[in-house]
Amino acid sequence: MKHTISVLVENKFGVLARIAGLFSARGYNIASLAVSETLDPDISYMTIVVEAEDEKILEQIKKQLNKLIDVITVTDFTKKEHTERELILVKVNYSSKDKVKLESIFNKYLGKIIQHKGDSAIIEAVGEQAQIKQLLQELSQFGIKELIRTGRVAMAH
Amino acid sequence: MTGAQILIECLKREGVEVMFGYPGGVVLPIFDRLYDADVKFILTRHEQAAAHAADGYARATGKTGVCLATSGPGATNLVTGIATAYMDSIPIVAFTGQVKTTLIGNDAFQEADVTGITRPITKHNYLVKDVKDLAQIIREAFHIAATGRPGPVLIDIPVDVQLAETEFIWPQAVDLRSYKPTYFGHPGQIKKAAKLIGTAKRPIIYAGGGIITSGAWRELRELAEKIKAPVTMTLMGLGGFDGRHELSLGMLGMHGTAYANHAIMESDLIIAVGARFDDRVTGRLDAFAPHAKIIHIDIDPVSISKNVSVDVPIVGDAKNILGELLEQIKKLPDTSEWLTTVENWKKKYPMKYKDDGKIKPQYVVEQIYEVTHGDAIITTEVGQNQMWAAQWYKYHSPRTFISSGGLGTMGFGFPAAIGVKLACPEKIVFDIAGDGSIQMNIQELATCTCNKINVKVAILNNGYLGMVRQWQELFYKRRYSQVCITSPDFVKLAESYGAAGILVTDKKDVRHAVEKALAIDNTVFIDFHIEPEENVYPMVPAGEAINKIIGGLA
Repeated sequence: MKHTISVLVENKFGVLARIAGLFSARGYNIASLAVSETLDPDISYMTIVVEAEDEKILEQIKKQLNKLIDVITVTDFTKKEHTERELILVKVNYSSKDKVKLESIFNKYLGKIIQHKGDSAIIEAVGEQAQIKQLLQELSQFGIKELIRTGRVAMAH
Repeated sequence: MTGAQILIECLKREGVEVMFGYPGGVVLPIFDRLYDADVKFILTRHEQAAAHAADGYARATGKTGVCLATSGPGATNLVTGIATAYMDSIPIVAFTGQVKTTLIGNDAFQEADVTGITRPITKHNYLVKDVKDLAQIIREAFHIAATGRPGPVLIDIPVDVQLAETEFIWPQAVDLRSYKPTYFGHPGQIKKAAKLIGTAKRPIIYAGGGIITSGAWRELRELAEKIKAPVTMTLMGLGGFDGRHELSLGMLGMHGTAYANHAIMESDLIIAVGARFDDRVTGRLDAFAPHAKIIHIDIDPVSISKNVSVDVPIVGDAKNILGELLEQIKKLPDTSEWLTTVENWKKKYPMKYKDDGKIKPQYVVEQIYEVTHGDAIITTEVGQNQMWAAQWYKYHSPRTFISSGGLGTMGFGFPAAIGVKLACPEKIVFDIAGDGSIQMNIQELATCTCNKINVKVAILNNGYLGMVRQWQELFYKRRYSQVCITSPDFVKLAESYGAAGILVTDKKDVRHAVEKALAIDNTVFIDFHIEPEENVYPMVPAGEAINKIIGGLA
């Protein structure tokens, strides 16, 4: 099962390597990772999505993260009210006959065309996991050429 | 002040009396400052030995050990020593030189990404990029190394930072928002534990190295005597509870006593203190102590419920928590029947070996114990020698058994003994070694003689890499692959370094040789030619339940 964890860390060189090393040394895979500075430039915020087979592994991951000297706090969103978003860029086949159909899809998912060239278009969309999944499903009928995802970011309520 | 001057000044203020190391190109500014500094510097013959010596010093005193090496190969040679300290939670601060900041990442001469290499084997590490940060970093490093669950911290200092100048500001205190170890146990959890103890019928205390780190031996003894529970120790816990005490079951696990293993398997309550349920202790996990509830006291939350599920976890310092627990225990368990059962196991499966007139390694260790009245500090190498030293010498007090438990580093014992002797010059320091292990850091004979360091090395010489041979005998049909080794003439070798050597080939000379070695005011190698195919028993094969004991007389 996938779990979303956020980690507040000291904004120093090497911190990302410490976090990444902690996962790789134990053979845990990071499904996605988003890092950025916070309002306080000395602190960075990471949203990490991890695959953990059971509660015990998730517990270990959280404890191990907390043990790192540069980690300030760890928040597990599994049982916590929060908002999650992910941004995607999709390059799809785009012909004028599909225009209406595509636009109705974008309207549904708050997506928009940000570039259109020849027979393909780059689409931007932001949403929760379920929405992104549905959007990609609907777009697949037109043919997806390329997909880039930022990975999830999450904020507690 | 220059960076190098700041480093020396910080060491002084941290109370560092002795450091171990080896010079090199990019640490020249530091060594120039060491030339007339007050801190005692012990030049080893290999950087690995410097790390182990700093580690031995730390284990013997509880203070932080310090070592120093140059960049690249100097630093990578420290790696085994740092990993050894990390696995056993030993506080050391390792300083390494680094190439100029402008050259970092350029594959410069003797460059290695040392903070990268040591990231998974240090509690924390630093690359100093600005001399203004140096004093703060050193202060933090000593703080992190020695507090919470201790461990090694490495500071990598580029040569230009050593030469750069800045005003020296000594930080009065260290306050890290992201590092606040928990020292006091949760009162509710302690109450729960006290209640559980009151209702137990077959309690056992399982004590690890945390007892020694936190200085909790008095509280441990008080607890055992108060609730009348037997105590078994991990390898790291030896000395944490007096081995002569009637409640002591000695060591448990793979080469633990049969009675300790039976007792933990049949117990209904395990009180684990400063131990981490290592695989060498638990054996097959799903068969481990099936009837027992577990109280687990540890300063590191990661250790709790990592290998076994725990009923009452208590995070904090063992000494504080045991003290608190002693006050909270209102109802005492009735353990008389249980103690009789344990006593019967002791009688049924005593620690024994076959005495057939040859030199048995167990006999050698017993003789060292008798001659030193159990008052020596024993270091060990790794393998059979380590297990015999753990089994056949009774450790009366903490910090008297010094051994690489977690990492199992051959070559640890001799340089560690050097660190121990410098920490405790009035003590007899004995390294119990094998003919394989001693050759992994044998060059340190020169460190001993040059610095007049008087340690004794008992080489249990069986012509084999004995523990591997034992496994090949038991599990690989005696196909002895690359375990038969030749050694130099240890007596001549010791003498050539200016140390003394004694050869013992007859059982009747064992005791006298130990006495003679103690009378010599020099480092002495005693080369005991022991029974070549003697095995370490009792033994639990890897991956078996720990009451599935094979071989020997147990």
